[in-house]
Amino acid sequence: MAGVRAVGVLSRLTLRRYNVFTGPSYRSFSVSPAMLARTHVNYEVKGDVAVVRINDPNSKVNTLSIQMQKEMTEVMNEVWENNAINSAVLISSKPGCFIAGADINMIQGCKTPEEVTKLSQEGQKMFEQIEKSPKPIVAAINGSCLGGGLEVGLPSAFDMMLTGRNIRADKAKKMRLVDQLVDPLGPGLKSPEERTIEYLEEVAIECAKGIANKKISLRKEKGTMQKIQDYVMSFPFVRNQIYKTVQGKVMKQSKGLYPAPLKIIECVKTGVEQGPVAGYLAESQNFGQLAKTSESAALIGLYHGQVACKKNRFGTPEREVNTLAILGAGLMGAGIAQVSVDKGVHTILKDTTVEGLARGEQQVYKGLNDKTKKKSITSFERDSILSNLTGQLEYKGFEKADMVIEAVFEDINIKHKVIKEVEAVIPPHCIFASNTSALPIKDIAAASKRPEKVIGMHYFSPVDKMQLLEIITTDKTSKDTTASAVAVGLKQGKVIIVVGDGPGFYTTRCLAPMLAEAVRLLQEGVDPKKLDALTTGFGFPVGLATLADEVGIDVAAHVAEDLGKAFGSRFGGGNVEVLKTMVDLGFKGRKSGKGCYVYQPGTKVRDVNPDIGDILEKYKLTPNPSVSSDSEVQYRLVSRFVNEAVMCLQEGILNNPLEGDIGAVFGLGFPPCLGGPFRFVDSFGADKLVNKMRQYEAVYGNHFAPCQLLLDHAKDSSKKFHK
Amino acid sequence: MASMLMNPIRSCSVSSSWAVRFGKLSFVPITKLKILIFNYFLSVQTKSKKTLARPGVKNIVLVEGVRTPFLLSGTTYADLMPHDLARAALQGLLKRTGIPKDAVDYIIYGTVIQEVKTSNVAREAALGAGFSDKIPAHTVTMACISSNQAMTSSVGLIAAGQCDAVVAGGVEFMSDVPIRHSRKMRKTMLSLNKAKTLGQRLSLIGSIRLAHLSPELPAVAEFSTAETMGHSADRLAAAFGVSRVEQDEFALRSHTLAKKAQDEGLLQDVISFKVPGRDIVSKDNGIRPSSMDQMAKLKPAFVKPHGTVTAANSSFLTDGASAVLVMSEEKALAMGYKPKAYLRDFVYVSQDPKDQLLLGPTYATPKVLERAGLSMSDIDVFEFHEAFAGQIMANLKAMDSDWFAQTYMGRKSKVGTPAMEKFNLWGGSLSLGHPFGATGCRLATTVANRLKKEGGQYGLIAACAAGGQGHAMVIEAYPQ
Repeated sequence: MAGVRAVGVLSRLTLRRYNVFTGPSYRSFSVSPAMLARTHVNYEVKGDVAVVRINDPNSKVNTLSIQMQKEMTEVMNEVWENNAINSAVLISSKPGCFIAGADINMIQGCKTPEEVTKLSQEGQKMFEQIEKSPKPIVAAINGSCLGGGLEVGLPSAFDMMLTGRNIRADKAKKMRLVDQLVDPLGPGLKSPEERTIEYLEEVAIECAKGIANKKISLRKEKGTMQKIQDYVMSFPFVRNQIYKTVQGKVMKQSKGLYPAPLKIIECVKTGVEQGPVAGYLAESQNFGQLAKTSESAALIGLYHGQVACKKNRFGTPEREVNTLAILGAGLMGAGIAQVSVDKGVHTILKDTTVEGLARGEQQVYKGLNDKTKKKSITSFERDSILSNLTGQLEYKGFEKADMVIEAVFEDINIKHKVIKEVEAVIPPHCIFASNTSALPIKDIAAASKRPEKVIGMHYFSPVDKMQLLEIITTDKTSKDTTASAVAVGLKQGKVIIVVGDGPGFYTTRCLAPMLAEAVRLLQEGVDPKKLDALTTGFGFPVGLATLADEVGIDVAAHVAEDLGKAFGSRFGGGNVEVLKTMVDLGFKGRKSGKGCYVYQPGTKVRDVNPDIGDILEKYKLTPNPSVSSDSEVQYRLVSRFVNEAVMCLQEGILNNPLEGDIGAVFGLGFPPCLGGPFRFVDSFGADKLVNKMRQYEAVYGNHFAPCQLLLDHAKDSSKKFHK
Repeated sequence: MASMLMNPIRSCSVSSSWAVRFGKLSFVPITKLKILIFNYFLSVQTKSKKTLARPGVKNIVLVEGVRTPFLLSGTTYADLMPHDLARAALQGLLKRTGIPKDAVDYIIYGTVIQEVKTSNVAREAALGAGFSDKIPAHTVTMACISSNQAMTSSVGLIAAGQCDAVVAGGVEFMSDVPIRHSRKMRKTMLSLNKAKTLGQRLSLIGSIRLAHLSPELPAVAEFSTAETMGHSADRLAAAFGVSRVEQDEFALRSHTLAKKAQDEGLLQDVISFKVPGRDIVSKDNGIRPSSMDQMAKLKPAFVKPHGTVTAANSSFLTDGASAVLVMSEEKALAMGYKPKAYLRDFVYVSQDPKDQLLLGPTYATPKVLERAGLSMSDIDVFEFHEAFAGQIMANLKAMDSDWFAQTYMGRKSKVGTPAMEKFNLWGGSLSLGHPFGATGCRLATTVANRLKKEGGQYGLIAACAAGGQGHAMVIEAYPQ
């Protein structure tokens, strides 16, 4: 259960509707009318029902902090001792949040695994007491709720514990996590939120009374399937098979880089095979250990970083962007439109051809329709969201635009043409943002009459899935322009890093040397599949060859050439001609059906493109065995990435290491278990990394020259990017 | 703004508006004029309240209103079709008024669930009822206020000077509803029509799977939210803190009052209808006063297990049709009719179809009163459509809340609640039944009949409708 709580921290079990949950897992609480100085948990007695209210006064969400646990135990004991109370209702006073999970700062504050183990045991004790209580307890859940303490059937429990996914309320009911659903109410004699909580409490109290006087039965008839399942599960052989299968699945998905899921399986196994006492012990100990692993630190760091990057440090912009115009209905333009229309922003999508526009509008429609199919929105909501989208071929209505984002072809001349056309029609306050992945913003702004209104907004493909937005400011960009761009990004649900201007900004610049190294590896005879396996094995969610296909070989070639020119030989390695030849032959990646792999619609199986063999043969390089083992290859790729990231910080492109980590993980898929390039340097050791780079430098030259900041950190081991 | 300007003019004096009317009536034969003058003095003697007639606006009157008995669906009407019911109502109106079959200028009917064979049910019914085939007819739909829309469309036609006599009505037939083949099956069947060769046909037939055969049923659910109306009513009742007991009490009141009205012969709008192949029907059959204990036993019908809306405190599925004759006052008088009432100001409102689906009366009432220059206490007769007891109670609470008026309606203060001793005294949709498309005309006719019977001057009808819409109309008694 602690496992669930740990997972719950990062990805909470979110119940969007409101639930009354009664069950054997939450049973009883006792209270006496003395509430005195309690700040987090209070209760009042209504009839013979104690209504226990949870409310963390210091936070927007309730978390299982030390204080909360302490007061909960106190309140519980009072409820128990009071003979006038026959049942209890557990409810949060915060609209939309029951208990969001364990207090992450509390876990971070612990110095040793033993401390965490102790905390976990105290939590377990509390939950166990609740579970065994003689007085029925009804938990009235309203909003997000952790899975802790929920007793569920084994198979579904496995699934939930391992993935920590968000479950909708109706699904939770089906899974029997909750017993009864209460629908949110609309306006009445009080505000909807207030009345809904009140109503939830009323229903829960009736429910508690019903259980206490045996009008409502808690025993549920097991279905035939459940009976069969129980019977089958009674054989140790079957159980072992299940453990094995689950473990196999976990290993396949996590490559063994994340220790928590395996430990969870271990805990469940111990609990089932050796009884609850051993299970609880194993759980608390494992939880203690896990909490203090480097993976835990990395993920907690990312959590904090993500929270920080969801704030606008540039303040509130002077005007809100209500009308957004997007130029170019390509993959990016349509993607940006999709994440804007569903936030209620009136969006103009402009293209130059009817075909391009139709494709773009269809992409937006499909994105929303897929949500309808998954039932996350109704077809009616889809239609009303789409009414915010205006597709057109001319500049009509641009006089009302508050911001224009251009997503036209990556060519400085086209960008200049576009900026001049747009500036002739937009109002003076309108911001011009460029969604470029590599062209310096100041070069684009050179054609502008009002460079203070020009900014870069680098989205990642696919826009509706990738969380990151990289905002690029030039020396001339005004603070209000930046604030406005960040505000728009936040509205679109993005995690935002704001970086300085320069070729490739931050993300593209880090990716380029790694891609160059990847091309060299291909030339050295590493198969694309092997390249993918090595990178995913290191923790990248997508293999490098696949990533290149996704980004587009033409884009990669373009970027490699541009940045190669800008940064010189440091960006060398692989031969750009390899990519260019591929582009010439039409192997532009997934979009053209062929790249490193061959893509066939309708099938997920893909083979290596046989035709690239000839190209690679032509540019063949001989590998140096001393730096070509699997592990060395991984470090060759990663060290160039990391070195470039550190250099961005050194040059002031990056504002701080935190944004660097967030950008790398959320935009480029840098292994989350490592927490980002800067945290990686901290945990791996700058000196060790420099040593490795020196070794590669000896073979390949300045591609691997460590930057000054990295050298500084290597020299002084007390220097860390993250304190 | 307009209403602010209008009010002083309207309240300036009774005599000026009457003067205008006299001016207009100069073409009326002398005998009629005498009657009018007589009526005028009579009304001045008996009524202290002003009339709502205003200069430059035509007086439009409800001459007569009838309806078929409202029956639980699946009972005596089970084998009919919607236009049969509508025809019965039209024939009843013809019989009751004796109006020549070619003296009507236009016919409008309201309906909700359409029989696809008779989608313009107004025309089919009019032809069948023996009206001249030279009279155009159209059908309107606006959920539970469809026949209100039919009536106000008639008012519009007359006010615009396009017509002088219009028949408005409504019909709903829930004993048979269009149940469709699934979309997949329909697609296959339509393709079959186009298939040219036997091979094509066979391959299409071969593509039919079990899933194709599951039918599509019409649901009383919002298209925009997919929520059934009963579910929304339950949430609405909860939002306003309406208890189960309050709802059951109100439902019991409705049935008790309806029974009393039926027994005392007050429901004079009901006509007898010889159902083909069956007996003559002359009474509503859904009126069943029960006891609070009996009603308390029922389980919630929509929100389970903690909901409060049950079968007993909701209106039931009903078959029925209604019809009214609406005319300009001049024409009615010219034809020798004694109108029942004036149809005065009306409003339509709409709001959030999810959380305020059934709050139409709350929004419409203050608006229409304002427009007519009246206050709640001026109204003598209230006829509100009772979709659910919980919905009525929620509306009453909303109308009595300053907070709600200020927060959601942008008004300075609440409009107040109707006095219960004036409210739905002859039963309502909960007890008499609610054929969706036909209820509006029943409300208007009932107000007219009650004004006459009880001697009041102003009546108010109000109703909610699917889609989060609502309607209210002020009806003024015709001088006795």
